[in-house]
Amino acid sequence: MKRFIGFVTKEFYHIFRDKRTMFILFGMPMVQIMLFGFAITNEINNVNIAIFDQSKDNETQQIINKISASKYFKIVNQITHEAQIESIFRTGKVKAVLVFEKDFIQNLQNKKTAKVQVITDATDPNIANTITNYINAILQNYSQEINKNVKPVYQIQTQTQLYYNPELKSVFTFVPGVMTVILMLVSAMMTSISITREKEMGTMEVLLVSPIKPFQVVIGKVFPYIFLSIINAAIILLLGVFVFKMPIEGSLFLLALESILFIITALSLGILISTIAQSQQTAMMFSLAGLMLPVIILSGFIFPISSMPLPLQIISNIIPAKWFIIIIKAIMLKGATIHTIWKETLILIGMTILFIAISIKKYKIRLE
Amino acid sequence: MKLTLNMSITVQNISKSYNKIKAVETLSFAVNEGEIFGLIGPDGAGKTTLFRILTTLLFADEGTASVAGFDVVKEYKSIRNCVGYMPGKFSLYQDLSVEENLTFFATLFGTTIEENYDLIKDIYIQIEPFKTRRAGALSGGMKQKLALCCALIHKPKVLFLDEPTTGVDPVSRKEFWQMLKRLQQKGITILVSTPYMDEAALCDRIALIQKGKILKIDSPINIIEKYDKTIYDVRAKNTYQLLLDLKNHPSQYSVYAFGESIHYTDKETEFDSDTLKKYLEDKKHTEIEIQMTKPTIEDVFMDL
Repeated sequence: MKRFIGFVTKEFYHIFRDKRTMFILFGMPMVQIMLFGFAITNEINNVNIAIFDQSKDNETQQIINKISASKYFKIVNQITHEAQIESIFRTGKVKAVLVFEKDFIQNLQNKKTAKVQVITDATDPNIANTITNYINAILQNYSQEINKNVKPVYQIQTQTQLYYNPELKSVFTFVPGVMTVILMLVSAMMTSISITREKEMGTMEVLLVSPIKPFQVVIGKVFPYIFLSIINAAIILLLGVFVFKMPIEGSLFLLALESILFIITALSLGILISTIAQSQQTAMMFSLAGLMLPVIILSGFIFPISSMPLPLQIISNIIPAKWFIIIIKAIMLKGATIHTIWKETLILIGMTILFIAISIKKYKIRLE
Repeated sequence: MKLTLNMSITVQNISKSYNKIKAVETLSFAVNEGEIFGLIGPDGAGKTTLFRILTTLLFADEGTASVAGFDVVKEYKSIRNCVGYMPGKFSLYQDLSVEENLTFFATLFGTTIEENYDLIKDIYIQIEPFKTRRAGALSGGMKQKLALCCALIHKPKVLFLDEPTTGVDPVSRKEFWQMLKRLQQKGITILVSTPYMDEAALCDRIALIQKGKILKIDSPINIIEKYDKTIYDVRAKNTYQLLLDLKNHPSQYSVYAFGESIHYTDKETEFDSDTLKKYLEDKKHTEIEIQMTKPTIEDVFMDL
C-alpha cells in the first residue's frame, strides 16, 4: 500500500509539473466549452437581409416592420431593381433577399393571395435553411393575424411543441458532447501518454526490475486521472449550468456515477493503447486519430446517427462515447432514471471489462 | 545441491537473436559472490542484451542463467526483489528532484532512505547539496551518482551497471569506480559493462566480448601477462601518414591508433626498431620516436 501511495504521489508530481499536461487537463475543457457554446452555433441572430419591394404599399410595409422588429434580422438594404439581387449576394453583404411582387395589396384583396419570394445565399446551407424557416414563421404569423376575423372554411392547424429543449438551444447538445470529448481525451490520451513516456524514458525498465506489480503500476497511473477527470466533468457541468443555463433534470448522483463509469471506460481504453504503442508519439496518434475523430463524428455529438448510412450506424455502436452521450442527454434533459438507461450503462460496463481484459492479457512484464 | 552455490551469477549457453541477427551467442560464465566482473566490448557487442536477460527483462532463446541463486525465468519475481539495475540510458524521472527520485525508489522497494543510508552515504553526500534540483538539470556525472544511489537504496545483493560511465567526465569516472570498490567491500556483487578499456583494469575479472561472443575471461593482470607480443609505441610529426605507412610495412602484424601515438606489432620475433625507423625515414617522416611499451587491455582486445 505504501508502495502504491508512493507511486501515485510520483504521478501527481509529473502532472503538476508539466505545463502542457496542466493545460490539456484544465485549459482545454474551458476553451472547448466556450468555443462550442458561443461561437459554433446553429442559431441565427441579426442576419443582414435586403428587401426588394415592388409594391410599396401598406401591407408590405407592415410585413417589413414585423421582420425588422424581430431580433433575428436586420434590414440593411432596399433594392430597386431585379438585377441588383445577384450583385448584392456577390458582395456578401446580405444573406437573404425578400421580394414582394407588384400590386401586393391588390392581389391580396382581390385574388386572396399574394406572393413573397425568399431568396437566400445557400453557400452555407444550414444557415440558409434556418433563415427560410424563420421568415416563413414570421409570414405565417402575420397571415394568421390578418385572418383573425375571417372564418376559414377548412383549415388544418399544426401545433408544434418542442420537448426537452423548447428554444432549440444548440448548447444543450454541445455541453454533453464536449464533456464526452474532453473526458475521452483527458482519460485515454493522458494515461496512454504517461505510460508510454515511462517506456520511452527507460524508466519502465527500472520499474519492471523492481518488486512493484504491473497492475499496481497501471492503477497507480490511472488513479490520478480518475480524480482529475471528475474535477473536469464537474467544471464542464458547472459551466453548462451557470453560463449556458443548461438544466439537469435527473439525479445529479446518477449523472456523477455514469460520468465516473465513462471515465473508467476511457481510462481502460488508454491503458489498452499504451500496451500497443511503444512511444508517446504513437500513443498520441492512436488517441487522436483513433479516438477523437470517431468520438466527434460517430457519437451523435454533431451529426445525428439516424441520418448516417447503415454501415456507419453499425460502426457507431462500438464507440463508447455514443452510449455516454445518450446517457447524459437522457439524464440532463429528460430526467431519466436508471430504468431507462440501464441498457446503455451495461454496454459501457461491458466495454470497460473487455478493454481491461485485453490490456491485462497484452501487458508485458518483460521488454518484449 | 547446485555446484554454483557461491556463484552470484551463472550464465550457461545463453543465446539471443533479434530477427535472425544474433545478439548473444552461446555465452557462458560465472561471477563469484562479492566480485566486480566487467563486460568489456564495443557498442553492439551484446552487453545490454545480456544485462536484460539477467535482469529478467528479456527471455533468452536458449540456455539458462541464474542470479543470486534464482532462475531468471522461473523465479524472476525473486530476482526483481534483490537486484539493483542501472540501465545504460539515464532512467530516472527528470521532472522529479534528486530527493524525490531517491524517496520514490526507496518506497518502490519497500524501504526508506534512512534505513539504508549508510550504504549510499558516500555517494549521496556528493549530490546532497543539489537535492532540491530536478534530476534533468544535473550534470552527467551527478546523474550517474544519483542513479547509482537509486539502484542501491534497497541494499541489493547483485548490482547490474550497464555502461555507467558512458558520457561522464574522467574525474567523475574515477570517483565512480572508487565507489564501486567500496560497495564491493560491503559484499555486493557487481556486474558492470563498459566500452572503456582503462576501466577494465579496475575489475576483478573481465570478459572481453565482441559480436555476442566471449573472446576471453580472466583477471585483467593475467590477460595482459599472457599477451606474448611486443608492442611498439610509434610517434611522428604526421600521425595520419604514419598510420598509412606503417600499415604498408611488409612485416607488420597489427597497426592501430592508440591515443596520440600508434601501436605497432611485428610478425618477426627478431624485430629491430632501427629497421623500422629507417623505413619511416625513407618515407620522409620527421620527429620519429619508437619505444617499447607495456600492453594494455586495449592492446589485447585489438589482437582478438
